[in-house]
Amino acid sequence: MNNKINSVLPMTSLPAGKADAGSDMEIRQAAAPEGLSAGMNEIKLSVRGLDFYYDKSRALQSISLDISANQVTAFIGPSGCGKSTLLRCFNRIYEMYPKQRAAGEISLDGRNILGQGEDLNLLRAKVGMVFQKPTPFPMSIYDNVAFGVRLYERLSRSGMDERVEWALKKAAIWDEVKDKLAHIGTDISGGQQQRLCIARAIAIKPEILLLDEPASALDPISTLKIEELIDELKQDYTIVIVTHNMQQAARVSDYTGFLYLGQLVEYDETSTIFTKPRKKQTQDYITGRFG
Amino acid sequence: MQALTDMGLYRRRRFVNFVILTVSLLTTLFGLFWLVWLLWTLLSQGLQYVHLSLFYQATPPPGSNGGLGNAILGSLALTVVGVLIGAPAGVLAGTYLSEFARDSKAAPVIRFVNDILLSAPSIILGVFVYEVLVVRMGHFSGWAGSLALALIALPIVVRTTEDMMRLVPDSVREAAAALGAPQWKVTVAIVFRAARSGILTGVLLAVARISGETAPLLFTALNNQFWSHSLNEPIANLPVVIFQFAMSPYDDWQHLAWAGAVLITLTILVINILVRLFLKAPKSRF
Repeated sequence: MNNKINSVLPMTSLPAGKADAGSDMEIRQAAAPEGLSAGMNEIKLSVRGLDFYYDKSRALQSISLDISANQVTAFIGPSGCGKSTLLRCFNRIYEMYPKQRAAGEISLDGRNILGQGEDLNLLRAKVGMVFQKPTPFPMSIYDNVAFGVRLYERLSRSGMDERVEWALKKAAIWDEVKDKLAHIGTDISGGQQQRLCIARAIAIKPEILLLDEPASALDPISTLKIEELIDELKQDYTIVIVTHNMQQAARVSDYTGFLYLGQLVEYDETSTIFTKPRKKQTQDYITGRFG
Repeated sequence: MQALTDMGLYRRRRFVNFVILTVSLLTTLFGLFWLVWLLWTLLSQGLQYVHLSLFYQATPPPGSNGGLGNAILGSLALTVVGVLIGAPAGVLAGTYLSEFARDSKAAPVIRFVNDILLSAPSIILGVFVYEVLVVRMGHFSGWAGSLALALIALPIVVRTTEDMMRLVPDSVREAAAALGAPQWKVTVAIVFRAARSGILTGVLLAVARISGETAPLLFTALNNQFWSHSLNEPIANLPVVIFQFAMSPYDDWQHLAWAGAVLITLTILVINILVRLFLKAPKSRF
């Protein structure tokens, strides 16, 4: 039954006559099968009919899509479109706030993670996240990386040293901090802090890495470093990135989803989205006509 | 033209600014004036009686030599035990309010009751402890004094702990939770660590507050002319000794009261300076 929907992604069509009536965004396309031939890659995350509520207001409306393993998937859209909200569903970090709630289904390797019995801590150990603002913990650079590892693994001293070095190297920050591992994590620059946060996230060897506008607070050089890093990391991880920077999405991602007003307007290979989008809304956004 | 009326408005605003600024400056001076006068009186009258012997001699009968040693030690003991009881409870309650009860219906009630306790007259806390502890034990004691002081320290620590922990941004909590850390771990390893200087500040402020409290001790620890060996008996303490000696007709007692007042004031001053240093050190963490 689910197999049938798999090829009909995404299942979005704005209800006729809603909100944008009369605007140039009018779309009357039928919900034609489109986008992604999901058979090309192994599917890591599969979202079906996902709704999200902040208290009573609905922030996501029946989102359905598949995210491929070892690929970079980007979500773009104007502020408030729900792209960060969608990302926060994948590790259920929204559960920290009692009034937020998700309904629908998100499968990780075929298992619904929105279920009641899901252990959130174990889920988050598997689905790492890096946030918009660098959030180094008030402890040494070394401990910042080791903190997450210590939660789930008992490593020897040398084992931990190796893991910390590995993660910092992987995050392309080792050379800059190797001589000050004992310094407090807030001592380094913003760009370095963000790479430290990435190192911290990959140190626990998650399967999926969620990046919530990871470069929006950084200068161009730090941004470049992080983008190179993303390309590097997709060998080992499934990466989902939210960005308001369309060029960034175009540069780093394999698949791109465009969200608007809580709906997934279009989801396809990045090259398709940026060269011949099917929906006028997508085209308008990409060419800078709104948003 | 338009520009002229604008100039009038501008001049008027400058005039109002001048008046308000002058008034606030004068009121500031008014406040400072009394403080300076108070400190000046205290130091000019009391400093001459501060000797080393104050610290090792016990309070004397009128007409003989003595110091404040037993009262200093007693105050120290009462304050330390009071803080040891009040601070841990206060830190835990503040943690509960900040981390675990954000959306619970109990939190606003607890916060409100805590604020009442915070502003309750200390003499009432003294009478309360007298009723529940002193009357039942049949005698005044250091324990009762410590408990009364703990009840004064408690709401201060609850309040500052909650406030300081709330200053830690949620983004840091999210970042720790996103690594798979359970909530208690996030609280202990991350939030406490980020807020520790603030929490310590609250504890120090509580120390400063209770080290000068007199009224609750009159009903609980009372006083003792000799060195105390146990918190289970009435115990000498600076505030009550000052109260008793200052009201007495004997010159030498009055001199000791001045010296004691100087000691308490300087202690509180030092604590407040420490608080400033703690708060200043790691200001911009995030």
